[in-house]
Amino acid sequence: MIELSEELLLRMYYKMNQARYFEEKLDELDVKGLVHGTVHLALGQEAAGVMACLALEEGDLVSLSHRGHAQAIGFGLDVNLMMAECLGKDTGYCKGKGGSMHIADVENGNLGANGVVGGGFGLSCGAALTQKYQHTGKVVLCFAGDGATNTGSFHESLNLASIWKLPVVFFIENNQYGMSNPVENHMNVENISDRSEAYNMPGLTIDGNDFLDVYNTVTKALRYARAGKGPVLIEAKTYRFSGHSKSDKQLYRDEQEVKEWQKKDPLLKMKEYLRENRIFTEKQIQKMETEAMISIEQAVEFAKKSPSPQLDTILADVYA
Amino acid sequence: MRTNDMTKMTYRDAIRLGITEEMRLDRDVIFLGEDIGVYGGAFGVSKGLLEEFGEERILDTPISEAAIVGTAVGAATTGLRPVCEIMFMDFITLGLDALVNQGAKMRYMFGGQSQVPMVLRLPAGSGTGAAAQHSQSLEAWLCHVPGLKVVTPSTPAQAKGLIKAAIRDNNPVCFIEHKMLYDAVGLVPLDEEYTLEIGKTIVERPGKDVTIVAYGTTLAKAVEAADFLEEEGIRVEILNPLTLYPMDMKPIIESVIKTGCLIVAHEAAKTGGVGGEIVARVVESEAFDYLTAPIVRLGGLDVPIPFNQELESAAVPQRNDFVHSVYRLLNRE
Repeated sequence: MIELSEELLLRMYYKMNQARYFEEKLDELDVKGLVHGTVHLALGQEAAGVMACLALEEGDLVSLSHRGHAQAIGFGLDVNLMMAECLGKDTGYCKGKGGSMHIADVENGNLGANGVVGGGFGLSCGAALTQKYQHTGKVVLCFAGDGATNTGSFHESLNLASIWKLPVVFFIENNQYGMSNPVENHMNVENISDRSEAYNMPGLTIDGNDFLDVYNTVTKALRYARAGKGPVLIEAKTYRFSGHSKSDKQLYRDEQEVKEWQKKDPLLKMKEYLRENRIFTEKQIQKMETEAMISIEQAVEFAKKSPSPQLDTILADVYA
Repeated sequence: MRTNDMTKMTYRDAIRLGITEEMRLDRDVIFLGEDIGVYGGAFGVSKGLLEEFGEERILDTPISEAAIVGTAVGAATTGLRPVCEIMFMDFITLGLDALVNQGAKMRYMFGGQSQVPMVLRLPAGSGTGAAAQHSQSLEAWLCHVPGLKVVTPSTPAQAKGLIKAAIRDNNPVCFIEHKMLYDAVGLVPLDEEYTLEIGKTIVERPGKDVTIVAYGTTLAKAVEAADFLEEEGIRVEILNPLTLYPMDMKPIIESVIKTGCLIVAHEAAKTGGVGGEIVARVVESEAFDYLTAPIVRLGGLDVPIPFNQELESAAVPQRNDFVHSVYRLLNRE
């Protein structure tokens, strides 16, 4: 068992709530027509995205999936700048040129959310190659969804990472659907982690809605990769409560299924844990939730007040 | 080493020399690709590099173009300067997501946050009898992707100067090598600081009667045609756009203003080729008013490259196509 300090637990619960409120708020703005384009929500997947990042050490790197808000918040991105980017503002991480699907903070090791399913595997191998070559002792955490594990890039990259013993942990959030296609229709393996066997690397399947399971497993995997033993594949089984994106009418699943998974809401599960173990008082729990909510409301205010990019920035930054 | 010395070497050796010098100068430069180690690369370009730089910097990869290009993009974004060999340009199809959707766009879509200093070496072109899947010239595709730079050397000296500039550039550079030029011999500067600026079109041969824009082996055919025509008193001006994208149009426009006649030529299929873009830019420019004859586009036929040797050479522009086109432009036929 990995010891969890009160301070860490506090940060975990705060960030999980921030992730939840961030996306609920973003969804609300989207419904109101304030978001240009689409957003991919990870409501219900917060334990996976947030906890995996909280297991990282200073200087480690990440590559995020297209469903990456919780991952980004876990990694420590500023919610003000994230929200501003989602609204296409000049103050956003990408100066309004990327949007929700491309939130990045390269200097601090976030190599970006990726609009191409499976687009992050190769990048992560490359970033891991740099760490190995420069002997930095840092590890790359590569996020992707279940659907991404059917791309050629996944298999080429796992193979390469394995033969070169690259310090990379592939973290798959299996939310049961590749857009509308249920996992059992798009792959013929019980667990995505089984695919690690083909590349002779450790593969683990965990409860992606259990914050401790995610945190402990990723911590161990990072330790393994950091020791130079090579990559690890983790499959976190979870569920997205929301549709794939704003156009999704969710014709492919029934309400009952969603309700069943809502009982396994990762935030509720963590709250229960905190209560059962009497780690924080009810008041402290409430306070963390409120603070998280306030931070998101402030982020929305910040984003709304922020200016749009000037039209003359359109040609900037095509080339370095 | 700074020197004015030149030495004769092949195009292949010049590329290798450029890479070798940059790898000696900068430890961030690594080289990855299929069979580039002990084998020395499918065309012998990387011969001897493994011995000098070791397995840490000369990385033999599995046959995984998507992972090769993706890895290069990731390594470049995090501080290295990878050079990749894609065994045949045709196989870039397998690595295009990493190049087009990732590497070319990261900087812009992240609001200027990252840079992606990488080089993709792409052996291209027909003439080897390798048929449709190993003979293509796909440069026009790459020239359609803002964020990429596309360069192509036509002589050994240009090969060395451009590969060095490409490695030093902070953007993804597609370096297109014509396979039929590997054995071409020419004088190459030995100066370690000799580079050719990316984004410059050069006048390969001054003239006054007709402007020809060409590159790769097609350029060599244009030169042969120009030699022949000179005996008849026709002076052809040949321009070489060493950087196909973004292309330096100024010298081309100036030349057309002088000659009034333009031929653009390449091996790549004519439809949608780079030549069409050059023509469009010329007619959009002040040179339009100086044109004295319809522009001629010489390009590959709109067919996959055939295997049979006669068919193969008939599929791409040859010396006589230039000669006849010049005659026609000057009403000599």
